[in-house]
Amino acid sequence: MRGHRLTAPMRLVRHLVLLLGTVAMLAPFVLMVATSFKPKEEIFAAEFHLLPQRLGAAENYHEALTQVPLLHFLLNGAIVTAAIFALQVLVNVPAAYALAKLRFRGRATLFGAVLVCLLIPYQAIALPIYILFYWLGLLNTYAALVLPFTISVFGIFLMRQFFLGVPDDLIDAARIDGMSEYGIVWSVMAPAAIPAIVAFGIFSVVAHWNDYFWPLIAVGDLGLYTPPLGIAHLKLNGEGTAYGPLMAAATIVIAPLVLAFLLAQRRFVEGITFTGLKG
Amino acid sequence: MQAVSPSAVGMERPEPRGAVRMTGIAKQFGATSVLRGIDLDIRAGEFITILGPSGCGKSTLLRIIAGLEPQSAGTVAIDGVSMDGLPPDRRDIAMVFQSYALYPHLTVAENIAVPLRMRRLTRLQRLPGARTLPAVRRIGSSIGEAVQAVAATLRLESLLGRKPAQLSGGQKQRVALARAMVRQPKAFLMDEPLSNLDAELRVHMRAEIAQLHRQLGATFIYVTHDQAEAMTMSDRVAVILEGELRQIASPGELYRDPDDLRVAQFVGTPRINVLPAVATAAGIDVLGLPIARQSGLPVGMKLQAAVRPERLAVAGPGVPGRVVYRENLGSDLFLHVAVDGASTAVIVRCDSSALDVTEIGTSLRLAIPPDALLLFDLDGRRLRP
Repeated sequence: MRGHRLTAPMRLVRHLVLLLGTVAMLAPFVLMVATSFKPKEEIFAAEFHLLPQRLGAAENYHEALTQVPLLHFLLNGAIVTAAIFALQVLVNVPAAYALAKLRFRGRATLFGAVLVCLLIPYQAIALPIYILFYWLGLLNTYAALVLPFTISVFGIFLMRQFFLGVPDDLIDAARIDGMSEYGIVWSVMAPAAIPAIVAFGIFSVVAHWNDYFWPLIAVGDLGLYTPPLGIAHLKLNGEGTAYGPLMAAATIVIAPLVLAFLLAQRRFVEGITFTGLKG
Repeated sequence: MQAVSPSAVGMERPEPRGAVRMTGIAKQFGATSVLRGIDLDIRAGEFITILGPSGCGKSTLLRIIAGLEPQSAGTVAIDGVSMDGLPPDRRDIAMVFQSYALYPHLTVAENIAVPLRMRRLTRLQRLPGARTLPAVRRIGSSIGEAVQAVAATLRLESLLGRKPAQLSGGQKQRVALARAMVRQPKAFLMDEPLSNLDAELRVHMRAEIAQLHRQLGATFIYVTHDQAEAMTMSDRVAVILEGELRQIASPGELYRDPDDLRVAQFVGTPRINVLPAVATAAGIDVLGLPIARQSGLPVGMKLQAAVRPERLAVAGPGVPGRVVYRENLGSDLFLHVAVDGASTAVIVRCDSSALDVTEIGTSLRLAIPPDALLLFDLDGRRLRP
């Protein structure tokens, strides 16, 4: 930080600009929550009030929860994101360790492949995977929702960058103490990489909790719907104008993420800072 | 730890263990040759220092002994058993690293316990839930006792619950030593263990490690670039320069009787003086000063004559020179003397009383006692009479 001081009016301008940015970012969420509290006639009223004149929260939330099995969708979301994250860690940590710390023929090529994969959007390979899963008979299962994401090249890249910073001496010490390579991965590297794992976890959970594209393709069974599919289903099912319940459902769906973020905020910022430094 | 004296238990002290024999060790990284033909015979229970400047291959040699790095050629044997191809944990050695290499997420006690847990518990018994099984609990408490004993030796009892991040450098180093000691290995390999400590603590830890060696009676193989560490702690010092073992000798011998000019220059502060010389019929001629000494060398042969700063005297008759710089250390005074024919200033150690009679620019004569001269050929090989 350089210690230049701005004049008072300049500082005011700076804060105004920041404030505008905040309002722009927050407005949709505020509207969402406010709308979820309003009764139907108020939502379509000509004049706009931010705060509801009459509280319609009970009926909106009741409808959101009963019109479709929203809690079931939330459970599906939790199962799918947790499974994806667990499998990703299971794959990423050893892969990143090998790429960062082991010397073997073809390591540079493999890491190059990881970097290339970072450039491929998953929408591009969604159809081939769909066809593959069709042949395997996996469509319309939890497996279909989870398996395509078990190998996260982003995660491998992130963990590798972190592992590069772990001193080689630590690994040699573990070898002398008699640990196997997998022992080193899980009892030395993984505990050292908790901040990176948490940071990656947030990226992963947010991405897959909110994912609409792949679940839309992969499952058709209502019992397997994830929360975003559920909201869409509610929208299509209702008259298409039931904004109150829709916003209530949306609020319910993002609430767990916001809560998780608030709880893990410090770790998250740590993780981002460190990736900024090392990456 | 093993401080029990043999007489106290009424039995013979067990054969000292940990004789390390290296034969023809070579190491190449791609096209670069890091070590060439190292033969080194380390006696059981010996404190040997591998000394050399950074990049000379000494750490690589240690890693080869440990089994962390495979050698390109040659054999390592410990107590007569070939270690080639064996992983580090089956060589019965322990290693202490410059960066301490403590597990950051484990407490001091857990760090020290790791080598024992890895050896005494099976994979299944190490699982978190297994702690409640009676067998595991029994082994666990025996490990706990061993940890306590080692911690007591190194005065770490009060730190057992801390994490490495809460320790000072010296404390971390003692924990690293404790982790090495706890399984009573045949040999301790130490890779510049004191380099990250401040000067005062380094001197203190030097004494502590030397004392530990006497107590344990195990083989210590200590790698350093610091000649003071090598000279003060070791039974013998092996000097490695540019990937080759130049000399192995006791510290005193290394200093007084080096085999190689580079060894002579590497050991000793300030550096040994090297002067051009010629063999004559009567002896040797150093910068025009005839020195009567039977050399048996062909007349006219060009030589390099080396002489330690403390063996020179400021007294006539001798080589004429002029003081260009004075280094006053209180106890000693080092005069840097420019001499015609010598490429660098000749350093002479004087009593600090010489401070009164010399100043920069003073002309004087340097006397060279005949027996102070170490003669080397132009390639730096020692010429002995």
